[in-house]
Amino acid sequence: MLQITDLSVTFGGLHALKDLQFEVDEGEIVSVIGPNGAGKTTFFNMISGMVTPTAGDIVFEGESLLGLDPSQVTERGIARTFQNVRLFANMTILENVMVAQHCRTDQRVFGALFQTQAFKAEEDAIRKYGEEVLSFFGSRLVGYRLDQPASVLSYANRRRLEIARAMATRPRLLLLDEPVAGMNPRESAELTELIGRLRSEWGFTIVMIEHDMSVVRDVSDRVVVLDHGETIAQGPYSQVANDPKVIEAYLGRPVGSEQTDEEVRP
Amino acid sequence: MTATSENLSMVETPGVAWRKQIRFALIGALSTAFIALAGMPVGLDGRSIIQPVLSMGFLSLLWVPFVLATIAGSEVVLEGMTARTRDSKDLLAGGIVGLGSAGGLVLLMVLIQNFNLRDPLVNWSPQLLNLLSFNRSLAVGGLLWVLLGLILGVFGGAMHVLPKKLCSRIRTVVLSVFAVSVLETFLTDLLEGFRLEVLTDFVYYKRGGLEVGGALLVAALALLIPLLVGTRIRDVKKQVVDLPAEERKRVNLILLAVSAALLLVLPFFLGKIANELLANVGLFVLLALGLNVVVGLAGILDLGYVAFFAVGGYTTAVLTSPNSPGFSPELPWPIALIVVVVLTGIVGLFIGAPVIRMRGDYLAIVTLGFGEIIRLLFLSDWLSGWFGGAQGITNIPGVDVGIGTVKGTDPRSVFLLVLVFCAIAIYVSWRLENSRLGRAWMAIREDEDVAEAMGVNTTNTKLMAFVVGAVLASFSGAIFSAKVGSIFPTSFLMLVSIIILVVVIVGGMGNIAGVIVGALVLIGVLGGPKQPGLLQEFSQFKLLIYGALLVWMMLKRPEGLVPNVRRTRELHQDEFLQDAWLKGEIDTGDQEELS
Repeated sequence: MLQITDLSVTFGGLHALKDLQFEVDEGEIVSVIGPNGAGKTTFFNMISGMVTPTAGDIVFEGESLLGLDPSQVTERGIARTFQNVRLFANMTILENVMVAQHCRTDQRVFGALFQTQAFKAEEDAIRKYGEEVLSFFGSRLVGYRLDQPASVLSYANRRRLEIARAMATRPRLLLLDEPVAGMNPRESAELTELIGRLRSEWGFTIVMIEHDMSVVRDVSDRVVVLDHGETIAQGPYSQVANDPKVIEAYLGRPVGSEQTDEEVRP
Repeated sequence: MTATSENLSMVETPGVAWRKQIRFALIGALSTAFIALAGMPVGLDGRSIIQPVLSMGFLSLLWVPFVLATIAGSEVVLEGMTARTRDSKDLLAGGIVGLGSAGGLVLLMVLIQNFNLRDPLVNWSPQLLNLLSFNRSLAVGGLLWVLLGLILGVFGGAMHVLPKKLCSRIRTVVLSVFAVSVLETFLTDLLEGFRLEVLTDFVYYKRGGLEVGGALLVAALALLIPLLVGTRIRDVKKQVVDLPAEERKRVNLILLAVSAALLLVLPFFLGKIANELLANVGLFVLLALGLNVVVGLAGILDLGYVAFFAVGGYTTAVLTSPNSPGFSPELPWPIALIVVVVLTGIVGLFIGAPVIRMRGDYLAIVTLGFGEIIRLLFLSDWLSGWFGGAQGITNIPGVDVGIGTVKGTDPRSVFLLVLVFCAIAIYVSWRLENSRLGRAWMAIREDEDVAEAMGVNTTNTKLMAFVVGAVLASFSGAIFSAKVGSIFPTSFLMLVSIIILVVVIVGGMGNIAGVIVGALVLIGVLGGPKQPGLLQEFSQFKLLIYGALLVWMMLKRPEGLVPNVRRTRELHQDEFLQDAWLKGEIDTGDQEELS
């Protein structure tokens, strides 16, 4: 579904990513892990069009994504969340998921001014789909919450709303940047299950950056380890976790065999 | 939890903050001296509020001790605390602020008598001294000011001591007398329309200002009307709110229709001056509504908005005037308007395309530049073959609407025309705000990068905001040139952009009602860049007052007079979150749902 070949990006003299090879098949859940500064978020920024690679190619469903604006990438069917939650804090929860359907809808000034049937039908559809997406997270984001500003949400719920907003763009590939960061173990266990359901019920293919190894272990089909902008290991969790290179990258600690320090990062 | 909050509520707020009072006394001294040196007492002495007791000139000084003492006496009561009972100490505190304010004036008087600084300070004049000392000796004048300051300061402090109800009564009376006096031109005009000159003759003095009897009448009415109406208005309002959604919608529609009808009938009862005034307000409402789309909704700080007003005005002039120097098709206004709208939209695209790649301060400065460029192009010799350079274009015909012609000499028709276009602009703003495009604008205002990542084509969306804003401004330009009949580059100074922006900010960014209120208050009362307002005497202090108002608004009420719910949230997010938490609305995690 997504093929990345020889992808490199440099910021000045810094190689944020070097000759990266990466592939995702339809219906997979792939985790990208690696120590801080390994280039994980740059990797996401590049797929979503926010950073232009210096070399290499990104092909999604047979077509290259190079040179596209972030909004065009989203239109092709790739949606993302952000590591530091970036909601439209003063818009209501419903509006957050409504605006995310922008590229799937096409009513313009004319429809809005003359309140055409098509306009009204589209508004209804946007609203309905928005509520449907929100109700995926149980009762937390619906009901009286719909019309509350996103800023009143608790931290965990903001993370959930971020995912809901990405879902609302009707993607085929979902990029989740540290979806459970800052959540307590119970919340992250619940979200792990939801990520599984995102694939089984909504049919999304998922690439996720995550530091919480229990989440990575439980949900991913395949793990890719980045260090200094290079892929140092790839494969199923059990294999990667025992890879000496990976262990070395993580300061020589065995990853995942016990609760590691990586989870307690600030 | 309950136990602690009960304990907390026993805590009283601390007593009078004396340091704060002294600080305000100093601010008062500076303010009065500054106002006196700015020339307000002398310049505004001609306009009386209550003849012969109080003139606007004295009022410009007298409000200081009262208002500052009231502000200095107000205390924030933190949640969980009870306000302390106010006592005579608060009167003393008010007195200190009042004395300070008067002290500034007394000091100024002494200085004026003994030194001559007339050279840098134009208003450092014997005339000012005479006025300030009430044409008596310095000692008497100074003593009077000290007394006045003390009394007004104590009175200001007393606003916190007296029962709340009495205070609000006093405030209503004072404000009504002031408002009736300020609105003189307008009210005389209106009452003349109803053939009620008798009333105005009684209330108003021949050469402006209220008669003492008139002031008393107004005061009595201001006391009586609330007593008679009482809580009835609130009751009716509550009934309406309690109605089911369907019914409420119908009531709102009826209200809207009635107010629209009233507005349409209103011009026929108004005289020339009032109609002219309202037409000017309407032109600025149109401009402000357009800028509101750009700044308030999409968050693009455009400081060169006057460019679109100019393009609208000039295009209309070229297309309709027989005196247009280059190209003179002499089209009828409605047809010209179509061309104007299209052309201004295109200019919006052209200016917008390079500008919207920038953000924040850079964008503001570049738009400022474009605003000037457009004006200088109209002024330039290079294009004077088309636009007449500094001579402008004259002899622009009025708008022929079948039953009559709308032109500047008949302000009533202009007002009606403006009203129609304001209605269109309001409808457009309202519908667009609640549409896919409006949501995209808001998302861009919140976080442009994320909006882009969520599939909003930010370039096109921002351009759309520019174009919509430009088109609304072009309506205003087209009406303006038909109204004035001639058009010059000097009508489109940068000041116009700034004033429109101030209207939007003061009124309430992102809120249609706010923008209208802002235009009524600023343009209607103070006057536009060239248009006189109700307080014509204020024209030389207009910009000073605009500036002071803007600073005060930014500090105390950044969301504007009639705030937009969303903007309020944005600007007071901390307080808002705290309130939500206290009310238990905020979401503190969701353990209960999980367990």
